[in-house]
Amino acid sequence: MPDTPASDTPAPDSPAPETGTDSSVPDAPAAGARVTGTGGEGLVRAVPAGLARFAALPTVGPLAALLLACLFFSLRTDRFLTGGNLSLVVQQVMEVGTLAIGQTAVILTAGIDLSNGAVMAFGTIVMTRLAVSGGMPPLLAILIGIAVCAAFGALNGTLVTMARLPAFIVTLGTLNIAFALTHIYSHDQTVTGLPKMMTALGQTFPFGNTDVTYGSVVMLAMFIVGWYILRHTAAGRHVYAVGDNGEAARLTGINTRRLLITVYTVAGAVYGVAGLLLVGRTGVGDPQAGVTDNLDSITAVVLGGISLFGGRGSIIGVLFGALIVGVIRNGLQLMGVASIYQVLITGILVILAVGVDQLARRRRA
Amino acid sequence: MNPSQASPVMEAHGLIKRYGHVTALDGADFELLPGEILAVIGDNGAGKSSLIKALSGALTPDAGRILLDGRPVHFHSPADARRAGIETVYQDLAVAPALDIASNLFLGREVRRKGVLGRVFRLLDAKRMQTESSAHMQDLKIGIGSMSQSVETLSGGQRQGVAVARGAAFARHVVIMDEPTAALGVKESGMVLDLIREVRDRGLPVILISHDIPAVFEIADRVHIQRLGRRVAVVEPGDVDMAEAVAIMTGAAPGNVPGPA
Repeated sequence: MPDTPASDTPAPDSPAPETGTDSSVPDAPAAGARVTGTGGEGLVRAVPAGLARFAALPTVGPLAALLLACLFFSLRTDRFLTGGNLSLVVQQVMEVGTLAIGQTAVILTAGIDLSNGAVMAFGTIVMTRLAVSGGMPPLLAILIGIAVCAAFGALNGTLVTMARLPAFIVTLGTLNIAFALTHIYSHDQTVTGLPKMMTALGQTFPFGNTDVTYGSVVMLAMFIVGWYILRHTAAGRHVYAVGDNGEAARLTGINTRRLLITVYTVAGAVYGVAGLLLVGRTGVGDPQAGVTDNLDSITAVVLGGISLFGGRGSIIGVLFGALIVGVIRNGLQLMGVASIYQVLITGILVILAVGVDQLARRRRA
Repeated sequence: MNPSQASPVMEAHGLIKRYGHVTALDGADFELLPGEILAVIGDNGAGKSSLIKALSGALTPDAGRILLDGRPVHFHSPADARRAGIETVYQDLAVAPALDIASNLFLGREVRRKGVLGRVFRLLDAKRMQTESSAHMQDLKIGIGSMSQSVETLSGGQRQGVAVARGAAFARHVVIMDEPTAALGVKESGMVLDLIREVRDRGLPVILISHDIPAVFEIADRVHIQRLGRRVAVVEPGDVDMAEAVAIMTGAAPGNVPGPA
């Protein structure tokens, strides 16, 4: 036990003024009634009013940035604010957005997953090759592909918890393993001639006066499910608690190892679904796919206001973060700006977002 | 309060714990009576934290018995102790700062909605947890306006208040407070000591481990003095003054409890 110098701190003879105010809080109100702050004024820090509260919501910053970017591009180009173009933006971010859902869960636990793009690519090669060369029913091939991705996640989670290795190192390792397996298993060949069912999520349906891909809807639905789990279930709160103060979470009886392994495994399965969306959009199994998707998904998570130190932020912000990257890329293309400037701007935004997070942390400390 | 008058809520006999050639617990005894604040004091290396860890399930003693309400118990983890109705409040503010007060109080014990929403969709009953948290905090006269504010917006004393309220809310038998004021200033320590009294007055016996001898003498009903891995004395603050207790603690004066045979 650490020895603290508290032994020479005398206890107050009389109750401290704060405590006095505190005890004067009437305990008459029935259980459930709220102390409105009048009684414990000395103890209650001024509670911010509605507006300040709204501004403090973790999704407000990313949403504001997204709307600003949209406003900017709709003023600079005529084509940006059309249904067809916006649908295209969503379609372009659907794999990275979906990968970012798994990445969000991992980062909320104060971990990181560098392997997700490579794992997704391996999943796509497994499902497409099994269906094309192996002649397996497409649905079964898809499920096996997703299961392989989940197994990679389980491996990551097991190494992080059981071997107590840093997530950065573990997932750097599995990134290379998945990358190598992708190329070995595919013989560096793109898998073509996929059964129709496998690319179904790349198909579109009419929506208003534009067409929307099913894959976009799948991504949005997964964000909503992710939000529900993280925000409204005990498991979700435990994810936040583990990233916020892992030791406190363990002491309250949460099985933090099991929780972490589950998070990495579910994230893996989500990467598998991202792979399916990728196959749907491109119509092939491409061993070169997803090489920079790990960093792109981290970019979306960071722009979305999730703290890289874990425990803070909302997954809805991550959707906005993914869309910010998509909107900037698309808008600059429409303006005829070379695509390398999109990378430049994303880099600046990432540093800004992390800077804001750090500032907020320092203010809280 | 005479130990023979009431049967102990929790007792331990002849606890032994060795780490290599270091003996942390050398046949330690322990006894907690109903409705009391029992302070455990001792110099560094006296084995008080090992004793507390054994009672809270954080370590398994090599030998000896622990009884709860007269029945032998075997804790292999803090979760075992918690299931038996023993809650521990730690010195280092074991709360999740980014989560709100209600989430912290119910962390690991969340309440779900009734019916299909809770059973199938695992939907939390946020409203009920907030209401109950508010009630628990008021029980202990902790005046905090909103249960939905994050714990990091609270002062150190209020944060410890949340931890104490969590312990008191869920403990059925015993609350163990491990240096609950060590991380706090004078004023805030006073507030937490008042909370500890509130917990006792609501009928839960409290084991208080503290370096803060004046505070111990202010609020404890009895003081267990640990030295060299054993209980060497149990004193009542009215009978013995601080200097005498410190003398027993450091070995300058003999204790009043015979060592194990």
